[in-house]
Parts: sequence; structure tokens; C-alpha cells
Amino acid sequence: MDPQIASASVLAAALAIGLAAIGPGIGQGNASGQAVEGIARQPEAEGKIRGTLLLTLAFMESLTIYGLVIALVLLFANPFAG
Amino acid sequence: MMHQSSLLLDFVQAGTFSLAKLEVGHHFYWQLGNLKVHGQVFMTTWLVMALLIVASLAATRNIQRIPQGMQNLMEYALEFVRDLAKNQIGEKEYRPWVPFVGTLFLFIFVANWSGALVPWKLIRIPEGELAAPTNDINTTVALALLVSLAYFYAGFRKRGLGYFGKYIEPTPVLLPIAILEDFTKPLSLSFRLFGNILADELVVAVLVLLVPLFVPLPVMILGLFTSAIQALVFATLASAYIHEALEGHGGDEHHAP
Repeated sequence: MDPQIASASVLAAALAIGLAAIGPGIGQGNASGQAVEGIARQPEAEGKIRGTLLLTLAFMESLTIYGLVIALVLLFANPFAG
Repeated sequence: MMHQSSLLLDFVQAGTFSLAKLEVGHHFYWQLGNLKVHGQVFMTTWLVMALLIVASLAATRNIQRIPQGMQNLMEYALEFVRDLAKNQIGEKEYRPWVPFVGTLFLFIFVANWSGALVPWKLIRIPEGELAAPTNDINTTVALALLVSLAYFYAGFRKRGLGYFGKYIEPTPVLLPIAILEDFTKPLSLSFRLFGNILADELVVAVLVLLVPLFVPLPVMILGLFTSAIQALVFATLASAYIHEALEGHGGDEHHAP
């Protein structure tokens, strides 16, 4: 395959996963911080808070996973490989 | 494992330009009529189905008033799934949807865990390798499209043609976005499940490649946890979409991604 396309794909894959990790990282940090605050304020609600937190963390996680899927497509199933 | 390891070795030794020619999935193709299917996914799916069927049969074969063993486990599973559907769809309408949501949850859960717990790599097949059925995008897309069909059916049956009023409900200006939503829902559902499971298996494979003993164990346990959460997320979202279709737009949308 064209070395230019290969190098562009590798760079794009790295950027896709790296950039996709920024937003969810901030979001997960915020959510976890708030959850800890909630637990500190109301320790008896810990179970409920933890359940909701895990679910929302999974949603945020999936945003990074979309980036990962794009990166994997670029690396292993590149449509421009020709 | 060998196969994926060698594949990942190439992946780690990046810089060679043959990189993008590799595929994550080398598939074991079966020819059915004029269809080409991924045989390894069929085999693992059948095993998952067999597991679930055997478990249900064992649980219901000899039902006791005081549950024991298998019956106890399956009753716990049923209660879990029922509560999940009840929390999302609501007290009044959840009952007919318990089988659908429950099947989704149990199938995805057992499929994800089978990929981590069953030593598939010991079984050699001519090409490709056995893994969790959900790490093939075709499986997850099929499940997501089933969810799409289910919520269209739910809305259409409950409110007839009035269901399609939701597209122009607040204002017709949002019509393109409302239509787009119907496409992004299955897309995000399928990509989320597929990406998570594939990412788990890749991370474990890379770690096994670097340090074969003990070090991958915590990541494997994390993988089990993520797999369970993903099954829960899929089932929760499916029931949230069904609820949205039953209730009409403008209700609570707090579970939309």
C-alpha cells in the first residue's frame, strides 16, 4: 500500500484514540468527584450512587470506544488501502 | 492466542507498512447457499445458546416452593431482569417486555463472559479463532437492529400512526434530527458493545504478549466487570428506547447517550 496512506492512517488512529480520550476523561473525573461528594454527604445512599455512577461511566467510556473503533478500522480494515 | 499474538506482534512492531493490511478478524468462512458466514461466531453463539437453554431447563425441570441450586440462581436472574425493565419502562407497561429485555441481557452477558472464561484458544480451527460472539460486529449490529424493530413496534402498537407524530412533535424544524436519531441509536448501541468487548480482548492479548504470567490477571478481572456492565447498559438502553417510544417524545430522555 501507499506509504503515505499508511503513515497518515497510523497518525490518524493515534489521534482518534488520543483525542477521544480527553472529553470522557474530564467527564468521568467530574462524575466520580461528584459521586464521592454525594457519598460523603449521604453515606447511606452509597449503593444507589455507585450503581448510577458505574452506568454513567460506561456511557462516557463508550465515547472513547468509538474513537478506538475508528482507530481499529484505520489500522486493520483500512478502506483506502486499495 | 497464538494467532492473535502473532497478529499483535506485527501490530506492536509498527513502522512496517504492511500494518494496515492485517485484519483483526481473520474469519473461518462457511458457505451457506450464496451467503458467506463467519463460522467461528456461529460455533460460539451455539455454545452460548446451549448454556442458556440447559440452565433454564435445569432450573424449571423440578420446581420447588423453596428454590434450591439452579432454580435459585435463575430466579435471581429473572428478578434482576424484571427490576431492570420495571425501572426503565415503568410499572404499567413493563410486563410484555421482560422476555425481550431479559433475553438481550442474558445472551449478551453469557456471550461476553464466555469470551473471557472459556479457554477458546485451546481449540484450533482452520482459520481465525474462537472468541466471544459479541466481538464480531455482525452480532452486535443484529442485536441493535432487533432493538430498533422492537421500539418501532412498541410505539406503533401503542399509538398507531400517531407514533410518527413524534418526528414533528415540538416543531417540524427538528425533523432531520429526529430521523437521524433513529439511525444513531442502533449505531451507537452496536459500536459500544462491539468496541468494548474487542478492546477488552485486545488489551488482554497485548498484555499476555508482553508478560505472559500473572500480570494480565487484574486486567482480565476488569474485563469481566466491563463485560457485565456492557450487558447491563445494552439492556438498560433497549428498555429506555422502548419506554421513549411508548411515552412519546418530550418525556424523560435522561438515558439517551
